[in-house]
Amino acid sequence: MSDWESVIGLEIHAQLATVSKIFSGASTAFGAEPNTQACAIDLGMPGVLPVLNREAVNMAIRFGVAIGAQIDPHSVFARKNYFYPDLPKGYQISQFELPIVGKGHISISPAEGEHKEIGITRAHLEEDAGKSIHDQFPDQTGIDLNRAGTPLLEIVSEPDMRSAKEAVAYARKIHSLVRYLEICDGNMQEGSFRCDANVSVRRKGEHELGTRAELKNINSFRFLERAINFEIERQIDLIEDGGQVVQETRLYDAERDETRSMRSKEEANDYRYFPDPDLLPVAISDEDIARIRAELPELPEQKKQRYIGELKLSDYNAELLTANRDTALFFEAALIDSPQLSAQLVNWILGDLAGALNRTGLDISAAPITPPMLAQLVARIADHTISGKIAKEVFEAMWQGEGSADAIIEARGLKQITDSSAIETLIDEVIAANPEQVEQFRAGKDKVLGFFVGQVMKQSQGKANPGQVNAILRDKLK
Amino acid sequence: MANSVIGICQGLARGEFSSVEITKDYLARMQQHNPTLNCFISVSEELALNQARQADAMRAAGNAGPLNGVPIAHKDLFCTDGVRTSCGSRILDNFIAPYDATLIEHFKRDGAVMLGKTNMDEFAMGSSNENSFYGPVANPWNIQHVPGGSSGGSAAAVAAGLAPAATGTDTGGSIRQPAAFCGVTGIKPTYGRVSRYGMIAYGSSLDQGGPFARSAEDCALLLQTMAGFDPRDSTSSEEAVPDYSARLGQGIEGVKIGLPKEYFAEGLDSRLAAVIENAIDELRKLGADIKEISLPNTGLSIPTYYVIAMAECSSNLSRFDGVRFGHRCDDPVDLEDLYKRSRGEGFGAEVKRRILIGTYALSAGYYDAYYLKAQQLRRMIKNDFQNAFENVDLILAPTTPGVAFKIGAKTDDPVSMYLQDIYTISLNLAGLPGMSLPVGFVDGLPVGMQLIGNYFDEAGLLAAAHSYQQVSDWHLQTPDLES
Repeated sequence: MSDWESVIGLEIHAQLATVSKIFSGASTAFGAEPNTQACAIDLGMPGVLPVLNREAVNMAIRFGVAIGAQIDPHSVFARKNYFYPDLPKGYQISQFELPIVGKGHISISPAEGEHKEIGITRAHLEEDAGKSIHDQFPDQTGIDLNRAGTPLLEIVSEPDMRSAKEAVAYARKIHSLVRYLEICDGNMQEGSFRCDANVSVRRKGEHELGTRAELKNINSFRFLERAINFEIERQIDLIEDGGQVVQETRLYDAERDETRSMRSKEEANDYRYFPDPDLLPVAISDEDIARIRAELPELPEQKKQRYIGELKLSDYNAELLTANRDTALFFEAALIDSPQLSAQLVNWILGDLAGALNRTGLDISAAPITPPMLAQLVARIADHTISGKIAKEVFEAMWQGEGSADAIIEARGLKQITDSSAIETLIDEVIAANPEQVEQFRAGKDKVLGFFVGQVMKQSQGKANPGQVNAILRDKLK
Repeated sequence: MANSVIGICQGLARGEFSSVEITKDYLARMQQHNPTLNCFISVSEELALNQARQADAMRAAGNAGPLNGVPIAHKDLFCTDGVRTSCGSRILDNFIAPYDATLIEHFKRDGAVMLGKTNMDEFAMGSSNENSFYGPVANPWNIQHVPGGSSGGSAAAVAAGLAPAATGTDTGGSIRQPAAFCGVTGIKPTYGRVSRYGMIAYGSSLDQGGPFARSAEDCALLLQTMAGFDPRDSTSSEEAVPDYSARLGQGIEGVKIGLPKEYFAEGLDSRLAAVIENAIDELRKLGADIKEISLPNTGLSIPTYYVIAMAECSSNLSRFDGVRFGHRCDDPVDLEDLYKRSRGEGFGAEVKRRILIGTYALSAGYYDAYYLKAQQLRRMIKNDFQNAFENVDLILAPTTPGVAFKIGAKTDDPVSMYLQDIYTISLNLAGLPGMSLPVGFVDGLPVGMQLIGNYFDEAGLLAAAHSYQQVSDWHLQTPDLES
């Protein structure tokens, strides 16, 4: 196993979040009744013509600028010719020789402290096809063309990844970036963000690439990792058994956790690309690029560096916080109310909140605890209204929808006891009830102090301020 | 009868007849002669009469558009909402578009009445109108002969007086060649002048719509309605549309006209050359400055054209797959069978030939040798014209190498058929405007002369043709349909 190296490149299709389609005025909204969002142009009716939606171009440029890519002043749409029932015109309008976005790169962090640059070969615009529906009509296939003509940005990486983990880190990074840029909703279940993986293996030290297989039908990051790992092992086993990898397209079957052959290179279509005569070359001026650059939001890498520089967060925490735009926005919103408590907020967001989200499968934007609620909770620990331990109870109650931290503290009577005389009374009672332990402590057994603290906290139902309890106990036991 | 568009406009304006009356006249003439000539694939009688009534009402209300009440025929590849658009093909025999082509909208806007849809070579592929699923069209001057193609039905309908004017499209000569064969006036505008939206595509980078009528004066009126930028066609031009009729009188005195020596060389029937020579003399008398020029790459235009047009059509016609509209074979056993039989049954032989050649030209390994090379040659051909237009205002040439040939004479020889387009094709490659006007007869069949203009100089072309038509009467000749 260790003699082998895997080489992976990804092709990512990101559906662009335009209001209308790339070449028609029909809506791109997901989930409508079949064929209600397909106009004559999407249906490929005779005589109709495409007109480019400039917003899709702007979104592609946004992406290009964000990955530091070359953006040529001219780019060309080409026809990719093949027959399929959900491809109405018998060709897909895509880009071939002159894509909008040229070479760029992105930095990934596959594990804590690790960094790697991944090259992006190109990103081009194309229209999505419709959907074939095989399970609704006996002996017939339904065609839904609502999706036909939805703009896609196809992002092609260099074969720079060496493990499934790196591939997932890259895919997540692109996913995060397109969401930061607000050019794609990133919804993998609805197919707004799709990954195909090109996988090959070679013996370590070899420079030539092995024959690759293209893996399709992967609709989650988990499946991406599994599909690649399965494929790497399949190829290694094949070669070690004296076989040869053939260039082919393979489908990933999530239920059986395997890939299987869909079509070989010989069966592959000759797409007969040629420039689409219905569309003029796209002209992009330096001014267009400058304007889009100026409008870019703060990107994950910039955010991360700011968190490290201004907020003194660790590299690791900053990376985790910025990996998902919604998490970063949650953090920043909470920080408005508790600007001095960034470290504590980070611990709660990456700790209890992340845990609760994970448990329930919720998205942070749908969490029952809002940024101001978390900020208030953290503030109550800081001002000693509650202890960290009680705070966990308050957090749970907030998650269950019992209201704000203050309301829960009030309703459940969780306010910390900081009145010294009240604490002294409790301590006196505990000392009186445990003469043996008092003797032991005075004989030099320091450890017994912990017993006393525990007893006092127990008597106070956790509400006594632990710092005060400690200090007063030491004083009284002297 | 055979009134001109301008004559009909004046008659309607003066109240000499109503649109309903004139429309009925044309419908009656169609009923009488269409069985022989086969100019129309569909006659929209009810719609025509409704539109005529509406036009009369508009006029009564003082809202008459420029073509209010004028009956027009449209080539059957302009999509018409509610009226079948067959493109001369079995595959669209049952196709009714749910929308109007931009050109059709413009005619409606200006008050025109649609008589019907004219016959054509299937998908505009042909030079004789013999490639129509609906049968060949007869040339009104001699019904044994072809009317030319692909817009043969439109040209023949205007020549026979079944419509005062008609629309056509020109990809390699499909307006000019049938105009020449039928003795009518037709203009192919600059690429991008007339919207292609709703015009079923053959070669998208070459296709251009234009009018047929009896005179340049009528063509000016029709082109005014047809021309203009269309946001639904990315290749349409934003160049301002001049007032064509207003510029008809500008004359041709001092206009420099070039005669490309390559167009008057071997291959041109000497009797046609003589007829055209007479017309050139007339122009000279009108003050035109005639000089010889050279378009050295003329010989490359036919191979260049056929690679590009066929490559584009092989892709354009993929949408006719039996899935969403048009002909679908009976009981397909699977998807491949559905495609193969629907297309196999739906397309005619010439369409299949062009799809196959185009598919080949775009195939991996051949693309550079054919398609890319053709694009390079296309630029050279365009440069020829651009160089020529530095020294001349217009170019004059024959429209066709000979007069209309007999039906069936060339059907077994596609190359000879393709050579019909030798004088017309290079304009489409260059995107330039050109027109054909009648200048005489050979063997009782009309001879067309072609005028070629610089980009967007349709006004100059029409004015030159108009000057000639002021001193000649070839365009007023009509065939005797009763004999």
